[in-house]
Amino acid sequence: MDGFPILSLMMAVPMAGAIACLFAGANNARWIALIATLVDFALGIVLWAGFDQSGSAAQWQFQEYASIFGRFAWALGIDGIALLLIVLTVFLMPICIGASWDAITKRVGEYMAAFLFMEVLMIGVFAAQDIYLFYIMFEAGLIPMYLIIGIWGGADRIYASYKFFLYTLIGSVLMLIAMMWMVHEAGTTEIPALMAYDFDPHVQTWLFLAFFASFAVKMPMWPVHTWLPDAHVQAPTAGSVILAGVLLKMGGYGFIRFSLPMFPDASAQLAWLVWGLSMVAVVYTSLVALVQSDMKKLIAYSSVAHMAIVTVGLFAFNQAGLEGAMMVMLGHGLVAGALFLCVGVVYDRLHTREIDRYGGVAINMPKYGVLFLFFTMAAVGLPGTSNFVGEFLSLMGIYQASSWVALVCTTGIILGAAYMLYLYRRICYGEQKNADAAAMPDLSIREMALLAPIAAVALWMGVYPESFLAPMRPDILALQARLSAAAPAGDSHLKMGAPKPAGESHGHHEEAPAHGEAH
Amino acid sequence: MIDSASLLAVLPELIMSAVGLILLMVAAYAGDRATQAVNLLAIVALAVAGAALSCAMAHGPVAFDGLVRADAFAVFAKALIYSSAAAAIALSPRFFAQGGALRAEYPILILFAAIGMGMMVSAGDMLTLYVGLEMNSLASYVLASFMRQDERSSEAGLKYFVLGSLASGILLYGIALLYGFTGTTLFDGIAAGLADGVSKGELFGLVFVLAGLAFKISAVPFHMWTPDVYEGAPTPVTTFFASAPKVAAMGLMVRVAVEALGPAGLDWQQIVIFIALASIVFGAVAAIGQTNIKRLMAYSSINNVGFALIGLAAGTPAGVAATMSYMAIYVVMTIGGFACVLQMRDADGKPVETIASLAGMSQSRKGLAAAFAIVMFSMAGIPPLFGFWAKFLVFDAAVAAGLTALAAVGIAASVIGAFYYLKVIKTIYFDEPTGAYEARGGMIENGILTVCSVVIVLGYLLNPLLDRASAAAAAALF
Repeated sequence: MDGFPILSLMMAVPMAGAIACLFAGANNARWIALIATLVDFALGIVLWAGFDQSGSAAQWQFQEYASIFGRFAWALGIDGIALLLIVLTVFLMPICIGASWDAITKRVGEYMAAFLFMEVLMIGVFAAQDIYLFYIMFEAGLIPMYLIIGIWGGADRIYASYKFFLYTLIGSVLMLIAMMWMVHEAGTTEIPALMAYDFDPHVQTWLFLAFFASFAVKMPMWPVHTWLPDAHVQAPTAGSVILAGVLLKMGGYGFIRFSLPMFPDASAQLAWLVWGLSMVAVVYTSLVALVQSDMKKLIAYSSVAHMAIVTVGLFAFNQAGLEGAMMVMLGHGLVAGALFLCVGVVYDRLHTREIDRYGGVAINMPKYGVLFLFFTMAAVGLPGTSNFVGEFLSLMGIYQASSWVALVCTTGIILGAAYMLYLYRRICYGEQKNADAAAMPDLSIREMALLAPIAAVALWMGVYPESFLAPMRPDILALQARLSAAAPAGDSHLKMGAPKPAGESHGHHEEAPAHGEAH
Repeated sequence: MIDSASLLAVLPELIMSAVGLILLMVAAYAGDRATQAVNLLAIVALAVAGAALSCAMAHGPVAFDGLVRADAFAVFAKALIYSSAAAAIALSPRFFAQGGALRAEYPILILFAAIGMGMMVSAGDMLTLYVGLEMNSLASYVLASFMRQDERSSEAGLKYFVLGSLASGILLYGIALLYGFTGTTLFDGIAAGLADGVSKGELFGLVFVLAGLAFKISAVPFHMWTPDVYEGAPTPVTTFFASAPKVAAMGLMVRVAVEALGPAGLDWQQIVIFIALASIVFGAVAAIGQTNIKRLMAYSSINNVGFALIGLAAGTPAGVAATMSYMAIYVVMTIGGFACVLQMRDADGKPVETIASLAGMSQSRKGLAAAFAIVMFSMAGIPPLFGFWAKFLVFDAAVAAGLTALAAVGIAASVIGAFYYLKVIKTIYFDEPTGAYEARGGMIENGILTVCSVVIVLGYLLNPLLDRASAAAAAALF
């Protein structure tokens, strides 16, 4: 494996596929795209298999460096965090192509090219080790997504595409200015070096805010989340999957790769801001989701709520919170993607996303009912599914930092159950009030092939999360060590209870946490 | 005093002058039949002059006792000027043939304008500067009204002439003031005169000189002529106006600001910051409502000049290098953009200029649509296209010079600009087709467009080269 540029290869394969798709006919383009993404998925598995997970291994692996751009370099490399997000990306991509197989009929070549180009950029974002290369990959994603929403989107697609583009662009440009300042200050463009550089705490606040402007929009955090429901509703199914599955994770990745390690003091100082916005987001967007009549909008709002759990986990400044945030990102990437696919399945049949137009679908589509139920439960965070692990760890992490935030954010789980179960009931249960909805055929083989792998992985992540926690644990611990000096003192004052011989009264044992709660 | 070294230092200008005069004779006797040949010869002359730049540089940097400079800066600017002038000639025949104005004077006028521009960027004296500027302007006024029968073209020429003369007057007045208060017209002498503090009179001179030059680069608030002239002039001429003279005027402005007015840096820095931000914001906001693609490009050029000036505002060698790199990348994007505009023809081959006519072009002309989108995204400064790197360089220079607030405001305003570029892409890609388009473009147009698109997409590989060249150019001024 040594010295073989596997990351470059993973970017070259879809790039070549994208160019080929531009010149191919509709059917050929589909096959080219599918093969390119499957090859990339295989490479992703090779990447994971070749990744040294032991604590003693180098933090950055598969590094490549070519100084071909003058002021910045083609520098790639991954740690465990980036590895998992790359694997998530390459896992979802073939599914996206499959989801567009029949749904997209016009300008197929360009569509597939846009998706493959998107894949190149997403891998690039997670693999970049040069701060400017990261920025270029991060921003360039706007172009294919703008075209995907604008050309193949729904009725109001033009408004949504503008909003998506300009919102994200204005968030990012300030980050670029901050990056320039940092590079001049630290004298290097390499991300690992910048992560270890100690910026002046006063300047950190400004830098943090500039990065925050970008990542908060991308994440998205309340109140700059409004582009997301529009983009989701208008985007084609596969566009929504990739948006929810990977693009939103770029915001979280940004926090974990840049904001936290590069500006630890400012992160601690401004944690109240992140906590406050996240608390509002969890409660407010969950309530908004509860009253939606459009399926995609409902899931979009639920994404905002889930991403708020990610941000509180990240800004808990401890191992549990950080690991939890990563797990929520991965889990949500799978589950939200799958939910959008489930919406796409019925949308393809009835061409409407109105919840009221369905009802009793479980009767005529039993397989669909089962899978949809599974993903609904996963979104709620049922133990045994991927989201439970993440949400539990995140909330446990934030409890150590602030019990109030934990209290408010935990209501998100209850509200999440409310809106998801309510959605499921209205679509799948009850009487078959609409004749056309009652006549819909069950899942085709293609659709089963799209949903089943996601279900399997979501279950795996819920039952044995260690497979996913192990690669990133050394990196999370390194980050925690970096943050430990600045981390705010928690208000819960958790104490590890001393192991006691059996039979002793456990009154004292319960006192410590109760005492903490009183603050 | 005339010596052979000085003559060799202006060899490119000599070559072009000689060829220009000969071609004028050819055109006079052979008439318009010779147009294609004259076009070709003019391009060859530009290429030869470009090759002669290395000879000029070898005998520089000072010629004619300091009246002319043949340094790396001049070479960098001239290379850009000559190539965009050549592109403007190459793109013209198809347009003029259609409009019935295929005349041999066009390439010759451009050749003379290029000589004037060459003198502008290698001026070492206020008078060389002025003569070069006027030589360029005179040719430009005629070019703007080149389609005599066309009312819009005549109007553009007249407007350009009247406002251009006014600006020349302002500039000349500023030069007179500087001469009066420093006692010399040589850049070095003026710099020496300013070194002991800037007097009121010198300050007035400086302001007038900058105002005159701001007119030439069409920076706000001296931009009023630009949209009208761009719209009225024949499209190949507009292509020319948007590229070569912009480089020349920007090069001139940089040289005057740094070499002649360098000691008064703090005084002109605030002026430059103001006109830079005003151009960025105004160029972006005013472009939003435009329906004519040429007017849109005019506002876009105002907007771009604002970004380029941010590098000058930094006032450092890195800033000057960034400004010149910006102009280089800008020229590629502009020529590419106009190569697209020139291909906007209806089914009968008649040029159309409304943005609405682009609707749904992506379905009939895939390649052209993609190239257009690449140019527009690049102009909007979206990575990974090269236009982003141009903006990156100027903002990086500003941040390095401590002007972080300026950079932040400027880059935030660039988002406004992105909106109208997106509007063009939206029309091309998202809207349903309305009218039929000409089935295929001309070979030369397509060729130039392909080259520009490839440079825009793969431009980052040119970074080391561009860095070195622009750094050498900037070093020549400091």
